[in-house]
Amino acid sequence: MFPAPFGYVRAESLDEALAVLAREGPGAKILAGGQSLLPMMKLRIAEPALLVDIHRLPALTGWQETAEGLTLGAVVRHSQLERAEALQEFYPLLGRTARWIADPLVRNRGTVAGSLAHADPAGDWGAALLALGASVTLRSLTRTRELPLDAFLVDIFTTALEPDEVLTAIRIPKPAGRPFGTYLKLERKVGDFAVVGVAVNVVLDARHTVVEAGIGLAGVGPRALRAPAAEAALIGHPLESGGIREAAALAAEAADPVSDRRGSRAYKRNVVRVFVERGLKALADESRPEVGVTA
Amino acid sequence: MAEASIQPLTVTLKVNGRDYTVTVEPRWTLADVLRHQLGLTGTHVGCEQGVCGACTVLVDGEPARSCLMFAVQMEGHEIVTIEGLTPEAGLSPLQEAFHRHHALQCGFCTPGMLVTATALLNQGKPLTEETVREALSGNLCRCTGYQFIVDAVMDAQGGK
Repeated sequence: MFPAPFGYVRAESLDEALAVLAREGPGAKILAGGQSLLPMMKLRIAEPALLVDIHRLPALTGWQETAEGLTLGAVVRHSQLERAEALQEFYPLLGRTARWIADPLVRNRGTVAGSLAHADPAGDWGAALLALGASVTLRSLTRTRELPLDAFLVDIFTTALEPDEVLTAIRIPKPAGRPFGTYLKLERKVGDFAVVGVAVNVVLDARHTVVEAGIGLAGVGPRALRAPAAEAALIGHPLESGGIREAAALAAEAADPVSDRRGSRAYKRNVVRVFVERGLKALADESRPEVGVTA
Repeated sequence: MAEASIQPLTVTLKVNGRDYTVTVEPRWTLADVLRHQLGLTGTHVGCEQGVCGACTVLVDGEPARSCLMFAVQMEGHEIVTIEGLTPEAGLSPLQEAFHRHHALQCGFCTPGMLVTATALLNQGKPLTEETVREALSGNLCRCTGYQFIVDAVMDAQGGK
């Protein structure tokens, strides 16, 4: 199974990659982990004239943690976040999402930023990073812009990325308290795309009041969706069963799934409700004070 | 700046500790080049679209699908195939365990299974059935029902 013929450039620097994109126009495409791009090229859904390989650019590897938050380079792979114990304290949702991505072989090569740029509506990272309030940095030869992820994701396999731009970094703001987050996924078989994916993230202050909340949904719309009304319902209250049920019902309303062989619209909506409730309850249990202290 | 070309490119690949200089089209996958240019036919090609895991090789020690990487990308990476994991004479302890437990029937998935399981064993962590099944979840076997494969990997830990 051969892709259509294409040219190949291994970029030696980000500037070189940007210069090639500026010169070549829409026929050129960035190659990072290739775990979505190669299958599309083999099926000839994608036929780029030129691939610009950035998978080893030092400027795009690894991450930086600062007082403002976390910046992930464009070629950070799923498996790196799965194993990053140092990120568990402030960004627990990352590792808990990474372990759900495809299978270990894909996680070893595929990148988080590539997954966002691919914008599969059933992709897990869109939901998780929306829940974390992430933004993306887009660079071209002539400009740099930062977009909230919510504005970057446009439609099915469609983002705000221009042909001459590279998604160079993902920024996640530092939580203003103790963060708790988890990802729930319904898949037909191990390693499959999400029938429904739900990311829940809450930040609690010292009095166990929710000060930040993020709920992201995968597989239930033309792109990953946020559930702003559900998030708003959680803020300012302790994480308790009444509020959790209300948020779950609001999140189900934010979902906009289609009926297909994986389930009906009503079924998928109900899975969203159940997962949001289940996820938030799990976070509430995790956040309880130590044994011997009554809340 | 490197010139883009759809013409064949000459690259040097490090496979099983040996350097091979080959001329490849950019669109040839690592799996294609291993089999057709280097004659390393132990790496099997099944689905060719990133599902079955039969083509699994180690890239810098980590298992990955050689059908989802272009050979031109692999310059500077260390590739290990099933040939590189097999002793000159006889079998590795993991291969022995597969033999002992009847962990293969048709054998098509076996090279990929062995490569993935080797990387898991190399981590040196204690294994449970759950961690073995998770690690092997990207390698499909249509004959065995997996139980004997899991048994073999569990048995091989420590001995490798």
